[in-house]
Amino acid sequence: MLELRNVSFEIQDENGQKRILKNIQLKIDDKKFVVITGPNGSGKSTMAKLIAGIEKPTSGQIFFNGDDITDWNITKRAQAGISFAFQQPVRFKGITVKDLISLASDNNKLSTNDVCKYLSEVGLCAVDYVNREIDASLSGGELKRIEIATIIARQVTKLAVFDEPEAGIDLWSFHKLIRVFEKMHKEQQRSILIISHQERILNIADEIVLIADGSVRKTGTKEDVLPELMNVDGGCDFFKEDGVK
Amino acid sequence: MMDEIQKSLLEKIADLHGVPEGAYNIRSNSKSIGRVSTENIEITPKVNKDGIDIRIKAGTKNEAVHIPVIMDKSGLKELVYNDFYIGEGADVTIVAGCGIHCSGDDGSEHDGIHTFYVGKNARVKYIEKHYGEGDGLGERIMNPTTIVEINDGGYMEMETTQIRGIDSTKRETKATLKKNAVFVVKEKLLTHGRQFAETAFAVELDGENSSTNVVSRAVARDTSKQIFLAKIHGNNKCHGHSECDAIIMDEANISAIPEITANHVEANLIHEAAIGKIAGEQLIKLMTLGLTEKEAEAQIINGFLK
Repeated sequence: MLELRNVSFEIQDENGQKRILKNIQLKIDDKKFVVITGPNGSGKSTMAKLIAGIEKPTSGQIFFNGDDITDWNITKRAQAGISFAFQQPVRFKGITVKDLISLASDNNKLSTNDVCKYLSEVGLCAVDYVNREIDASLSGGELKRIEIATIIARQVTKLAVFDEPEAGIDLWSFHKLIRVFEKMHKEQQRSILIISHQERILNIADEIVLIADGSVRKTGTKEDVLPELMNVDGGCDFFKEDGVK
Repeated sequence: MMDEIQKSLLEKIADLHGVPEGAYNIRSNSKSIGRVSTENIEITPKVNKDGIDIRIKAGTKNEAVHIPVIMDKSGLKELVYNDFYIGEGADVTIVAGCGIHCSGDDGSEHDGIHTFYVGKNARVKYIEKHYGEGDGLGERIMNPTTIVEINDGGYMEMETTQIRGIDSTKRETKATLKKNAVFVVKEKLLTHGRQFAETAFAVELDGENSSTNVVSRAVARDTSKQIFLAKIHGNNKCHGHSECDAIIMDEANISAIPEITANHVEANLIHEAAIGKIAGEQLIKLMTLGLTEKEAEAQIINGFLK
């Protein structure tokens, strides 16, 4: 179980101290599928980074499976089973898709077949990608799917955090992506935390957390939260117009 | 007979376990300790100076020549001339390389001047690795000069690697290309400690439709210093591209000085140079996969220089 206890995060900008997250209380029970949604700039990505250890809270505590992990670094949290898929995946010169997935799986003898298995789950024809470098030659959508494959490959994962996994992914692949999340959740019994605006992702969540202006506005099922989502100031034009962004 | 140190050096620089197949010349501590010619590849010692001539017959296909140099005595200083004559239409791989194991305090220096005459429509892959080891105080120095003349339609690819162990190196590569000739360079360089490395490439694109691509990837750590110079002169209708991509760490120092000169209206020349530290987000991504910061750094550098 992951718990954020009274977590706040502040940054210093030209106007002085700015609070990005305010006294966040959040619990994600084991095997739960939770989606965090809310307008742009509401602090969702920051929250994901706090969970992965990329940012440290200004105040408050984070617990994971009974341990206070507030002061744990990124590596220790990853080794404890927290996986994090970046919103904007990182490019590497010289590191191939196979290298990265092998590192993720913590198995340097991973066979090409195994890598292919992970890649086909995210809808990539593996033969074309296994030996490609993760550099500027890959498109944003390809990178995004490889990023998700690295999370699938991490056998130690207990909690998988995805920051806007749908961004840059085409409609056809999106179906596969939904299946990836469902499989991770139902078959592999992992806890899933997804930051998303996508209605179809909201549809499969056990619980939705609405964040607005740095605070948890509402937690509950889709039926509970969606009406509130429409009322959030400013941020939800996408929802009012088309139903989805 | 080679001892264990010599065998290990040979493996490091030429991926060789013992004596190679095909034509070879193994030079150890300034003497040839093994030389074999084949029907198509003849290796002969020079008469008036130190070094060898390698003559590859026209039309020779899929053959390789190994000419490794190993030094495990300190206090040696040598200058060697090796000339390669690659016959018309041949397609060969040449593996050179120098490994120094220096356990004394006097230092060792190997300076080699390699000249390649690449015949019409011939293809050459030239692989060269430099490596140094040993706990002596003596400096390990290598100054390779490579002179390349590529005839009409010829192709040469030069893969040169120096990872660790060489205290000082000054590499000079000069190439002249005739009609439709192609010269490709892939350089990989890692310096550490107080090492110094300078590499200077000068390519004359004389022939119509000749082209070159000079690509260097380098990592400088500790207080090491690197200078990369690439000059491309487009003297005809041609394509030229040079690229230096470097990672700087610690208190190292790197200069990249590209130069392109067009002497013909249809010369098409590009240079790129970038120096920067390892991107923080790259480290973070690998750490989210469970690697420590040090392990992440090693993976990024290994990949970059692969």
